[in-house]
Amino acid sequence: MPKLKLPKPPVPPNLQPLPPRPGTANGGDGPLDKAKEAGATVVDWVDERTSLSGGARWMMFRKVPKGTNWFYTLGSATMFAFLSQAVTGVFLAMYYDPSPTNAYESTRFITNEVFLGEFVRGMHKWGSSVMVILVFLHMARTFFFGAYKYPRELNWIIGVVLLILTMVMSFTGYLLPFDQRSYWATIVGVNINGTGPLVGPFLSDFLRAGPEFGATTLSRFYAIHMLLVPGLIAALIGLHLYLVAKLGTTAPPWMKAESDPELREEQK
Amino acid sequence: MPGAFEGETVTRRRFMTGITHGAGAVAAGAFALPAIGFALGPLFEEKEVPWQDVGAMDSFPDDTYLPVTITVTEGIGQAGRSTAYIRKRNDQDTDKPDEYNQFVAISTACMHLGCPVSYKPAAKRFICPCHGGVYDFEGKVDGGPPVRPLDRFYTRVVDGRVELGKRYSVNRELRRFSPRDPGEPLDGIGQFAYPSRPSIRKIPGT
Repeated sequence: MPKLKLPKPPVPPNLQPLPPRPGTANGGDGPLDKAKEAGATVVDWVDERTSLSGGARWMMFRKVPKGTNWFYTLGSATMFAFLSQAVTGVFLAMYYDPSPTNAYESTRFITNEVFLGEFVRGMHKWGSSVMVILVFLHMARTFFFGAYKYPRELNWIIGVVLLILTMVMSFTGYLLPFDQRSYWATIVGVNINGTGPLVGPFLSDFLRAGPEFGATTLSRFYAIHMLLVPGLIAALIGLHLYLVAKLGTTAPPWMKAESDPELREEQK
Repeated sequence: MPGAFEGETVTRRRFMTGITHGAGAVAAGAFALPAIGFALGPLFEEKEVPWQDVGAMDSFPDDTYLPVTITVTEGIGQAGRSTAYIRKRNDQDTDKPDEYNQFVAISTACMHLGCPVSYKPAAKRFICPCHGGVYDFEGKVDGGPPVRPLDRFYTRVVDGRVELGKRYSVNRELRRFSPRDPGEPLDGIGQFAYPSRPSIRKIPGT
């Protein structure tokens, strides 16, 4: 018998499966019964050895405050935008070639020749804008609901770092199609970085891997775009979610804390 | 001392903790330091800039510019090419004459943020298409957001042929500085706020 009790789905009583007839099922040893229990048995086997279900339950079955509404889904929407970028990005990398002489040609090949290439590249391209917009909406929700206040300041700070990393992704990804627009936008972007006093000149040298746009600039941007920053973003999203589960979410600012009716009577 | 044998100044537990942390730091440093050095290496490596032939001496007029396609970075195809505007020096030029500026070679990178400027002969001015930077015939700022005159290239004459060398930056008086990136002013405090980099320097003593 499985020890793990999953919560019953909320279906009306007349749609729920009938309880087993006395004497037939519930402990029946037929192959059909075993097949029915197979899923739960596998989960049990893993859970007995890892105790993961406790963590999963801690993460999934949380109490949420009254007044929780659609605005609270912007964070998960951002995360799914990131996952979409990650998955489409991995598959774009199968055809993309980050060399200055072939990058444009390989991008053209993805768009015009590869099956569903234009679609997957379009998802990645437009998805990046969607992700930036969602990041800002999520940030605005947090700000206007006052959800950055004690004890959630650290989560706000992690969120700001995630925002900056998203900007780094946008900047480094823009160069990769390597058309005229990418090239000149990157020249301008690197020079904007260079206008920071004292460190600026060295920062732009770091980005270009030298004093001029060179042979390794594109591969440097590519490595930052597909290896360095996505890893950081994934790790920080993990931390961000941990803190959300740990601290709970806030009620919207228009919700008043309910006091005891008798107390309320006294306060009048 | 509790937890230590006679004569010992550190407990064994503390000693083991220290050794373990030290070993961990050595192991992490063994891959982190080379990786950081690998990424930062190009900042300290001077880029080799060969002299390149751009044409015969008498093909360049002294009252207007001739656009010439040059190679800024070799081996990356069209992305490594750029344009320079070249003319013969004339008696209106205000910079100090020497062996490297008998031909004036102007870089096309706008000194606002690096867009490519083009020379308009009718206006005798360089115009940037991005944010409206305007430069006069000598490349000095006439209007718009650029922070210093257009960069120039060293030129020299070898056997009647004009050769173009390294890029250098100039301030408002057209004094030579090691090449800076666009957007970095060189007048007043600017030359100290935006130091020159080891990866590219002007020819010493010029």
